[in-house]
Amino acid sequence: MAQSIAKEFTKGLWAEIPPFRLVLGLCPTLAVTKSVENGIGMGIATTFVLVFSNLLISLLRNVIPSKVRIACYVVIIATFVTIVELLMQAYTYELFLKLGIFIPLIVVNCIVLGRAEAFASKNGPVLSVADGLGIGLGFTLSLAALGAVREILGNGTITIWGGTPVFEMGANFMPFQFMIEAPGAFVGLGLMLCLMNLIGKK
Amino acid sequence: MREMISMIVVLTVLTAVSGGLLAAVQSGTELQIENQVLKFQKAPAIKDIFPDATNDPLAERFTVKAEDIELQVFPGILPDGSKAIIFETKGVGFGGPIGLMLGINLDTDKIIDVRVTTHAETPGIGSRAKDDLAFVSQFSGLGFDTKFAIKSDSGDIDAMSGATVTSKGLCVAAAQAKEIYQKLKPEIVKQMK
Repeated sequence: MAQSIAKEFTKGLWAEIPPFRLVLGLCPTLAVTKSVENGIGMGIATTFVLVFSNLLISLLRNVIPSKVRIACYVVIIATFVTIVELLMQAYTYELFLKLGIFIPLIVVNCIVLGRAEAFASKNGPVLSVADGLGIGLGFTLSLAALGAVREILGNGTITIWGGTPVFEMGANFMPFQFMIEAPGAFVGLGLMLCLMNLIGKK
Repeated sequence: MREMISMIVVLTVLTAVSGGLLAAVQSGTELQIENQVLKFQKAPAIKDIFPDATNDPLAERFTVKAEDIELQVFPGILPDGSKAIIFETKGVGFGGPIGLMLGINLDTDKIIDVRVTTHAETPGIGSRAKDDLAFVSQFSGLGFDTKFAIKSDSGDIDAMSGATVTSKGLCVAAAQAKEIYQKLKPEIVKQMK
């Protein structure tokens, strides 16, 4: 049992890491990864939703009639997303302003609905929570990594919570503005996907 | 038939429980959210509207109650000694309610400046109302004889191109502010003494 929990948890970190392995949830991936901070914030919000929706859907999997399952999943997911939105508004208002519309859009994030349909509806609550945590953490790591690449190239800094950057390129570094604009997201994501495929190639 | 009933029951129970849960979270976070909005939305807007007020409008805020309206008012003393107030009204834009804060000079009854606070408008389109001051600066210096509507509705305000709904929503907020101000002015003046 413990082994399979560990397996479900770790698969989200490499073998099925979204959005690189499961190319799902691209909308927030492309839109909010202008900086490491935004990426981590979005990742944590999504992880919260994933864990709780997986848990609830797994507990209710024998009660929910299969014909209306998607509607039930969407109600459950939307509830948790709204809770996250309210909590972020109450406690991390600045981050809420930066992520803006992409918080409510977690409802239609394919990763969340995908895990509900593909995993939580077929497995027990413990495994489902492990799956949600793993996938959520993988998503957070991916967003942070993509955010880091874009922020370093586009701005020359890494800033995490607070005004002063924790890392700065030398004074001779010319920021590559393109990377923190929308098209830079596609280029960054494409390059990282390519890198992942090269590393994963046997 | 049994299946039908079970679908209806499950969905009803699920939505009812979610509704209850959300109501609980909403009422639990309401106060905290209000503080955050005050700190991150209203405070900067007040600073923009009264850049050199000689008092602290945020600390001296008070609530006016009259004619079934409850209004939070931020009083300001301008450098030339004249009294002014800021309050917020809401209009409905493209993505939900938009908050508009208006600074009004109590002596001349003219608008000093306005700023958009909370909104859920489309980034880059309706959100220009907040980020680009070209639209809101039209309101500066207007008196309350102005017709707060966009020009295609035979009003006096130029709409932002591509963001007609947002522009209309803000005009509604301004028109509402005019109404509230005219009703509450005596009470506000009394409380500011």
